[in-house]
Amino acid sequence: MSLGFLTGRVPAVKPSAAKWIAATIATLILWGLVYSQLVSFSEWLVAALPVRPDSSLGAAISFFAYDTPKVLMLLTLVVFAMGVVRSFFSPEQTRTLLAGKREGVGNVLAAGLGILTPFCSCSAVPLFIGFVSAGVPLGVTFSFLIAAPMVNEVALGLLFALVGWKVALTYLGFGLGVAIVSGWTIGRLHLEHWLEDWVRNLRTAAVELSPERLTAVDRIKAGIEALQEIVGKVWPWIIAGIAVGAFIHGFVPASLLATIMGRGAWWSVPAAVLVGIPMYSNAAGIIPIIQALITKGAALGTVLAFMMSVIALSLPEMIILRKVLTIRLIAVFIGVVGTGILAVGFLFNALFQ
Amino acid sequence: MKDVKVLGPGCKRCVATAEMVRSEADKLGVPVAIEKVTDYAAIARYGIAATPGIVIDGKVVHAGGLPKTEDLARWLAA
Repeated sequence: MSLGFLTGRVPAVKPSAAKWIAATIATLILWGLVYSQLVSFSEWLVAALPVRPDSSLGAAISFFAYDTPKVLMLLTLVVFAMGVVRSFFSPEQTRTLLAGKREGVGNVLAAGLGILTPFCSCSAVPLFIGFVSAGVPLGVTFSFLIAAPMVNEVALGLLFALVGWKVALTYLGFGLGVAIVSGWTIGRLHLEHWLEDWVRNLRTAAVELSPERLTAVDRIKAGIEALQEIVGKVWPWIIAGIAVGAFIHGFVPASLLATIMGRGAWWSVPAAVLVGIPMYSNAAGIIPIIQALITKGAALGTVLAFMMSVIALSLPEMIILRKVLTIRLIAVFIGVVGTGILAVGFLFNALFQ
Repeated sequence: MKDVKVLGPGCKRCVATAEMVRSEADKLGVPVAIEKVTDYAAIARYGIAATPGIVIDGKVVHAGGLPKTEDLARWLAA
């Protein structure tokens, strides 16, 4: 690290850039080699322990020993890649793209940019005000704010690692769908007068920042920063989640979950959404549990509705947004997004049998 | 004396940004007056969409995430 070392205006020297890129490629190859050996590793571990592989304990241990490294490795890869991709975007550029866009097109664009724009949850209020006051329509702003936390790289990476790419892609599609339709609906309701007064009266000119020129090395560093920030923070939750998942995998009888959370029980989808609202977690902590629930006969739509509800409709976020939105507008927000999640739950249950 | 404003509601990164400005200015020997702007309406009036933001002598130079040390040095030296 050349932190504090003043390089002046020269962005990067060529040989060091080549070194960075070579090191990145070498790491990716190493990653692939280790990843391909995971199954043999978990089999070796269970065989080395004094437990019978077909016992409940054996099943739990092999689940844990295989899933923990697999999930952490896939998550590392996805988070790194997203960190690099996001270095091409900024909230200010996104706002310029969205300002004055018609609803419809604007909602689709906003939901898509919600995934790609770097965005930290402590920036939610400045971002909301910054968007609305610079002429981004309210519904379009909501599409962005719904998509950003719900369809994120952690959720997609973990779903991909644990339940497969089909489910991950469907989640991506439905998550974007909920963000687009909910934002569009809120826009059609014309609720601008339900914003807090000071937000509505604020008109600002969007600032033009001279773009910070990034080199390839800067983008690799952005990926590494994302790794430290996200994986560095969520790994204990993931391991805890997989441990709970391993317990469910080994010890909870399948018939129990199939009755409570199976496809036969239609009411389980709304129940899952309601239970999810007061809960606050990131995708990382609950997805491993979700995977174990699914393998034991809980319906996929029910489980995903629960997950979306936990991530997208969280009480702490509402409290933060209360500074800019009236209670009535927050109620509409919960109602519209909750309905969208319900629809996703029922659709998923119908599609994946 | 450069007038530096750090825009942000008081999250961890905003505090860290203010500290970075302080230490970089001390290192370069540039006299600065650092003010933290935490009011949402005041932040919004600068036209940024992500915090922390940095304003030097009335001009927004940075928004969103921690600044890079090289950039800080360049802004402070300008």
